Amino acid sequence: MADTDYTRYTTGEPVTDTKAPAGPVNERWDTRRFEAKLVNPANRRKHTVIVVGTGLAGGSAGATLAEQGYHVVQFCFQDSPRRAHSVAAQGGINAAKNYRNDGDSVHRLFYDTVKGGDFRARESNVHRLAQISVEIIDQCVAQGVPFAREYGGLLDNRSFGGVQVSRTFYARGQTGQQLLLGAYQALSRQIGAGTIEMHHRTEMLDLVVVDGKARGIVARDLVTGRIDTYFADAVVLATGGYGNVFYLSTNAMNSNATAIWRAHRKGAYFANPCFTQIHPTCIPRTGDHQSKLTLMSESLRNDGRIWVPKAKGDQRPPDQIPEDERDYYLERIYPSFGNLVPRDIASRAAKNVCDEGRGVGPGGQGVYLDFAEAIERMGRKTVEAKYGNLFDMYQRITDEDPYQVPMRIYPAVHYTMGGLWVDYDLQTTIPGLFAIGEANFSDHGANRLGASALMQGLADGYFVLPSTINDYLARNPHTEDVSADHPAVQETVADTQDRLNLLLSVDGDRTPDSFHREIGELMWEYCGMARTEDGLRTALARIPEIREEFWRRIKVPGTGEEFNQSLERANRVVDYLELAELMCLDALHRAESCGGHFRVESQTPDGEAARRDEEFSYAAAWEFGGTGEAPVLHKEDLVFEYVHPTQRSYA
Amino acid sequence: MKLTLRVWRQKNADEPGAMSTYQVDDISQDMSFLEMLDTLNEELTLKGEDPVAFDHDCREGICGACSLVINGDAHGPERTTTCQLHMRSFSDGDTIDIEPWRASAFPVIKDLVVDRTAFDRVIQSGGYISAPTGTAPEAHATPVPKPDADYAFENAECIGCGACVAACPNGSAMLFTAAKVSHLNVLPQGAPERESRVLDMVATMDAEGFGGCTLAGECATACPKGIPLFSITNMNKEWLRATRKSGKR
Amino acid sequence: MLMALATRTDRRPSTIRTLWDSSVGKKTVMAVTGLIMLGYLVAHMAGNLKIFFGPGDFNGYAHWLRTMGEPVLHYEWALWIVRFVLLAAVILHAVSAAQLSRRDIKARPVKYVHKRPRASYATRTMRWGGIILALFIVWHILDLTTGTVHAGDFQHGQAYQNVVGTFSTWYGNTIYIVAMVALGLHIQHGFWSAAQTLGAGSRNRDRLLKTVANVLALVLTLGFIAVPVAVMTGLVS
Repeated sequence: MADTDYTRYTTGEPVTDTKAPAGPVNERWDTRRFEAKLVNPANRRKHTVIVVGTGLAGGSAGATLAEQGYHVVQFCFQDSPRRAHSVAAQGGINAAKNYRNDGDSVHRLFYDTVKGGDFRARESNVHRLAQISVEIIDQCVAQGVPFAREYGGLLDNRSFGGVQVSRTFYARGQTGQQLLLGAYQALSRQIGAGTIEMHHRTEMLDLVVVDGKARGIVARDLVTGRIDTYFADAVVLATGGYGNVFYLSTNAMNSNATAIWRAHRKGAYFANPCFTQIHPTCIPRTGDHQSKLTLMSESLRNDGRIWVPKAKGDQRPPDQIPEDERDYYLERIYPSFGNLVPRDIASRAAKNVCDEGRGVGPGGQGVYLDFAEAIERMGRKTVEAKYGNLFDMYQRITDEDPYQVPMRIYPAVHYTMGGLWVDYDLQTTIPGLFAIGEANFSDHGANRLGASALMQGLADGYFVLPSTINDYLARNPHTEDVSADHPAVQETVADTQDRLNLLLSVDGDRTPDSFHREIGELMWEYCGMARTEDGLRTALARIPEIREEFWRRIKVPGTGEEFNQSLERANRVVDYLELAELMCLDALHRAESCGGHFRVESQTPDGEAARRDEEFSYAAAWEFGGTGEAPVLHKEDLVFEYVHPTQRSYA
Repeated sequence: MKLTLRVWRQKNADEPGAMSTYQVDDISQDMSFLEMLDTLNEELTLKGEDPVAFDHDCREGICGACSLVINGDAHGPERTTTCQLHMRSFSDGDTIDIEPWRASAFPVIKDLVVDRTAFDRVIQSGGYISAPTGTAPEAHATPVPKPDADYAFENAECIGCGACVAACPNGSAMLFTAAKVSHLNVLPQGAPERESRVLDMVATMDAEGFGGCTLAGECATACPKGIPLFSITNMNKEWLRATRKSGKR
Repeated sequence: MLMALATRTDRRPSTIRTLWDSSVGKKTVMAVTGLIMLGYLVAHMAGNLKIFFGPGDFNGYAHWLRTMGEPVLHYEWALWIVRFVLLAAVILHAVSAAQLSRRDIKARPVKYVHKRPRASYATRTMRWGGIILALFIVWHILDLTTGTVHAGDFQHGQAYQNVVGTFSTWYGNTIYIVAMVALGLHIQHGFWSAAQTLGAGSRNRDRLLKTVANVLALVLTLGFIAVPVAVMTGLVS
């Protein structure tokens, strides 16, 4: 297939992280905090920091910055900061507390996370994350987060995601909700005290860059439709991941990529966009009406057995398939880890058996997760106590009783490891623009371990950003206010308004959702669980066509001066149509398999992912080149001094 | 399934609203209620009509954004959130009435979307534990008896959807407020602010224009997370205790 | 909204102020006054049943009500104290109820189009039941205390005869029986509700409280209705 212009990208200067200090990895965070310049407490009030997003990262950052005395202006598109999608995280949060005395340590969490990320994350960042993990638990407990406790009154821990130590703290299946409410309450305390100016139902549509520095945002009041500018001394994006580019994902319906994509267009590099985590245990789709996918906690794999029929196209109900005609494929291929192999491996194996025509359920897009053996072994009561709420949720959605019939599961897009490139201070390549939580690329490499997303979001928000942003603010003291008359501001506002006006004026014959679905299906097909050069080139040829069709046929009813959910959606699709292209290009250029990125061309003889460290041991940071125009690749070389890259093996 | 929908349509907060009738065909039993509305909205959009505005986000029953009164029931006939309600709970040919939460503290923004920021203000007035980042002692320094931890969790499950207010004949926010007071007041970490929390939150709740509690119990019946009615009893107890104590100071 | 922001006032208002300003406080007032009235009703009903022992006992009891407390208190003082406390309770109960009801109605200015019966019958009848009872109390006092609207010949000190007089009319019986049914419903929800308001309810104690509420409601209703029924059937004449 011929190259499109877009694929003829150039490679620019390498990008380096100048903020991480040298020296022993366990001292770097202390060193950095000591070296960072501070802002006099009396002067902090004069500094305004914009925080976009109120999830674990944004909520905790806003609250902490306000506690420190900064003037915080915070935004969320939801009706309340409490609804950010961190709320939906189920499993738990890791911390190297070693409360179980089972050999855990900061170093082990660091090691597991670097290895789990398939050696595509920075050691400095990951070590800091492991160090901070213990403070997070203290902080959350002090806020009243009701973690699970044992009868003695101490905190309970469980092992999660195939890790061999019990370091996961949890609050039943609602850990994300409880942690988010903790951050939300801290945020609310500051809003109540008047130190945070909260704008809810207000969506960031662009970044204001003045003289090369991030100085504010353009945002739309979703109720009145009014477009306003907000100015600050620094801008923090805590807007989450971009998994919704796939249309069907476990993300919330309104989670979107607009904030980070607009920042990318304004000069922030986008790192490793192709690193997408596909979670193996989601409820399969039931039809074309499907609007999103629901995750079932990974913990189900601790007791459930995954299988498909041995024969292709076996239509018999599961209870009529005899034991010797079933293929417990994970136990067969990975005898030592069995059903507990990491997420990426379990997902790919499910795809393979379905591609062979052995999938079950509607469209053959599912595999069985069977608890019959577990119920026989432990009794129904024990299974109910352990998984009751998940079984109920499954039954509500599918109308099938998982105590009687095996569950059907299928992988779904869950998390994006890629994001805005940031240095050790979490600052992007635009001075004054910071990205925290899932919005940045920093800590998970090519694959995120279970219960680590909550840890990273809160580490960034409570502890990292509040200790690093002061360095920027101290070095860039507030001298003059940005005025709305500044040409750069006026241009950004005019661009935003033009874009919305254009969306409203096309008056075509296709809905925003129909385009979103189309781009999502294309991405799932070609940039999903297994990627090939041909497939990616097909997608790269198709995306500009869809984009062209979008601007010809999009239909958005109503006006821009009112509450208009169609307009909100259409505007997000505009950015997906560009981001999808970069994701495919990144996947195309990274001709190795690593973590969540599996290139069919790069496999070991047994069909496992083959990493190619000599060529690809770097983070790919892309510089925007214009819509549909080739971006520039900047590589950040990854150096492993403490955890030496090895090929993962779970056989 | 073929259904007749009667939906509250209201252009904005200032204009009067009314019920409008729509027909939807080809509705699958497996659709969620919101996916059924998505189908209607796709049709309306293509016809150039204004789609029905409704709040929704996670569609997993945890964010608390969705908020529809379906046939007179907050979140519809099943004890769950609207997003987790499926069309198999209805029959072919049914007429379904869909209305927004009704309370003066929750003014309508558009169609089925209401403004629930009053809840945020109740939390801002005391629904937190003051623990500035960095001040926390070691997590195991204060053990919490498991029954207390479980009680806190049971109340902390509230998703802030507002179904309690919508279902209450008086538009009262007692269950919402009580859940947060009960969550934080039972924990040792919440003890220093135990009195001010309940006094301030109840005062804000009243100031926001929510109705009073007549213990009708509708809130707890509608609550998708099963917050018990006794949380209200507990808040009353906390409030009386705080009133007595603060009167002595 | 600034109101919500002004949370950290240095001085809190007085306990009385806090009580009266708050919806929870007003409910407390209703609960306490309700329980006072309930206690009175139990005594009142027990006294009423003395009618089955004949005019001598009943009129003697009525007379004792005026002399109770003597010699510490003067003639009728105790009765007046009771009357005063009851009047205060009724007024506080009614004013709180009226103010809370106004707040409740204001909190839901637009009604749902799709209506369905909500809550139990006893819960739904609290407001109307309360109004019926208030009107009944007025009639009851004018009928049997002052004799202003008494059907026949009202004679002070002849309680037995007066009671028989009242219950010899069809409307006297009707008003009384309807009011006592309303009272039963009011107590059934009111007693349980007061326990919750005063923070006495809990998951473990709920069955006990509901049983006590039902028993109180039933015993009071039947106990009061026993008198007109007895007059109607000629058991008392």
